[in-house]
Amino acid sequence: MGWFKRLKEGIQTATKYKKEAPDGLWYKCKRCSELSTSKEVKANFHKCPKCNYHIRIGSAEYFDLLFGEDYEELFGNLISKDVLEFSDLKPYKERLAQQHQKTGLLDAIRVAKGKIEEHSIVVCCMDFTFIGGSMGAVVGEKISKAIDHCLETHTPLLIISKSGGARMMEAAFSLMQMAKTSAKLTLMARAGIPYFSLMTDPTTGGVTASYAMLGDLNFAEPEALIGFAGPRVIKETIKRDLPEGFQTSEFLLEHGFLDFIVDRKDLRKRLADLLIMFSNAKAGS
Amino acid sequence: MYSPFSILTKRIIKNSEKIFGLAGGGAGECYLCGSTTLNKAVFRNGPINGTMVFLDFEKPLESLYEQLEKIKQVGEEGDLDVTVMVEELEEKIRRKREEIYNNLTAWQRVQLSRHPERPYTLFYIEQMCDRFVELFGDRHYGDDKAIVGGLATFEGQTIVIMGHQKGTNTKTRQYRNFGMANPEGYRKALRLMKLAERFGFPVVTLIDTPGAYPGIEAEERGQAEAIARNLFEMAQLKVPIVCVVIGEGASGGAIGIGLGDKVYMLENTWYSVISPESCSSILWRSWDYKEKAAEALKLTARDMLSFGLIDGIIKEPLGGAHSDPEAMAEILKNHIVKTLGTLTPIPADELVMNRINKYSSMGVYDTVPEDEEVEEESA
Repeated sequence: MGWFKRLKEGIQTATKYKKEAPDGLWYKCKRCSELSTSKEVKANFHKCPKCNYHIRIGSAEYFDLLFGEDYEELFGNLISKDVLEFSDLKPYKERLAQQHQKTGLLDAIRVAKGKIEEHSIVVCCMDFTFIGGSMGAVVGEKISKAIDHCLETHTPLLIISKSGGARMMEAAFSLMQMAKTSAKLTLMARAGIPYFSLMTDPTTGGVTASYAMLGDLNFAEPEALIGFAGPRVIKETIKRDLPEGFQTSEFLLEHGFLDFIVDRKDLRKRLADLLIMFSNAKAGS
Repeated sequence: MYSPFSILTKRIIKNSEKIFGLAGGGAGECYLCGSTTLNKAVFRNGPINGTMVFLDFEKPLESLYEQLEKIKQVGEEGDLDVTVMVEELEEKIRRKREEIYNNLTAWQRVQLSRHPERPYTLFYIEQMCDRFVELFGDRHYGDDKAIVGGLATFEGQTIVIMGHQKGTNTKTRQYRNFGMANPEGYRKALRLMKLAERFGFPVVTLIDTPGAYPGIEAEERGQAEAIARNLFEMAQLKVPIVCVVIGEGASGGAIGIGLGDKVYMLENTWYSVISPESCSSILWRSWDYKEKAAEALKLTARDMLSFGLIDGIIKEPLGGAHSDPEAMAEILKNHIVKTLGTLTPIPADELVMNRINKYSSMGVYDTVPEDEEVEEESA
């Protein structure tokens, strides 16, 4: 029996009296639940300063990490079209408009060209915030155009994948982007221009089963979810629990599907090393 | 008589028949050479236990068939002449069937594509090819039963033919993993394609899968890598590739053997990025909207052709492929013969470039004026 007794159950503060901490000042880690300031997090390459959790970031952050301010965005005017007039609980058109507004992005991938230690590179980077980073016709076309640009200018390519897979609202069109991007990548191989694939959390479905796995080098950030089928689907299919660490970067490395895992703070340096080493490739031989 | 079929193949088929009770009559062994000849009925699914399977939208047909049976029985028992009545009823059935089949919804076509009596890859191979040597294994890990393939003589020329294979009863369905391939299936397919390339044989693939298998081992062995690798290699394979969706064309599992110079769909099949059921569960958050999802996904052969994502539709006999599998195989064969005829004369480099260009042009999008953009400029 306690000395004190709660007279009223629950939290009594009305919503309007709640004191909101201004957004963006603090970051609470999704994994270790520790608080850090946003400044600390940013200085730490968008990783939790306490547990090194790699926070999901978008194309703007990756371009900033790799190039600073000094890059040129390519093919930025491509925008999805609702060919199928698709509608589930919400019409696809409406969903797109909302996403444009919410994210300030036109689609789930952006292409930039810049230099890493004097070596030019074209980077296609996916944005998970835009409909789960799903691959539709725009994603396929931007990659295809980026490859054309790489072929013309003989520039290495990096694709940073971060996607739930194909975009259902574009149905078969999105499926064909798997074939399209893979087919285009054969031209890179033929021309002897290196293509690097960086998989980040999460990379699943049609994206993994096409360009993400087709790098001359395939690598990933630590502890990213990478797989073909999503863990929930697998669990429902086999009706048992999945092993610890299943479908993580470390799991893929262990099974031979990654060249290496790279911490985000080392990414730029690692790419610089690779670009230097590949720069004396005997092109197209 | 010399059996044109592979001894090994037949033995394995024979064994699997013993073990798994494959439908049909089985194989006859040759006393001279020990090889076995395949009974045509082995891969013919046919009416199960002598009764026809009717889908829900075929119910009007079922009652007509019941009437027909009754009248026939009466005719057999008594002296009553029922010929006229039988003829009338058969005509009625024909008309009803036409009526039903000319107005199929997307979901009904999905149902037809999964009809338990629908012919599968091995049946088509058996019907269309004069010789067939099944080849097993991916040379890395194992042999996948959900994808079959091998060398075949097809209208006098050697081809490599492969496809997803489903089972015809509970045991064989499990044996074939319901047509859901593991990475070794895709790697076996690729091995056979590379074999075809080395010797200049055209490749024919038959697609019929509810998807690549989503399992722990499949992920461990790199399901995504296997499919991606196939897309990459099929895009630059130096021999003609003809793909036909003969049943279900579900997502990565289908396109994993589905990138080709010409891609066709049988009339009552579907091809999309996800099954209507899964689409319903994800986008509608319930399994109950599969009909709606099927419509929304625009997954029928007609839709796919209108989008320019496939090269043609192959007509099925009235009542679907399962109503007359032999006729279906004949139609399919003629179509493939014609297609290979147009592809074989094309020089390899041109063939590959055409193929890459074809896929490069797939996808519809808009462009926004540059000043309206959220982010800056374009090239």
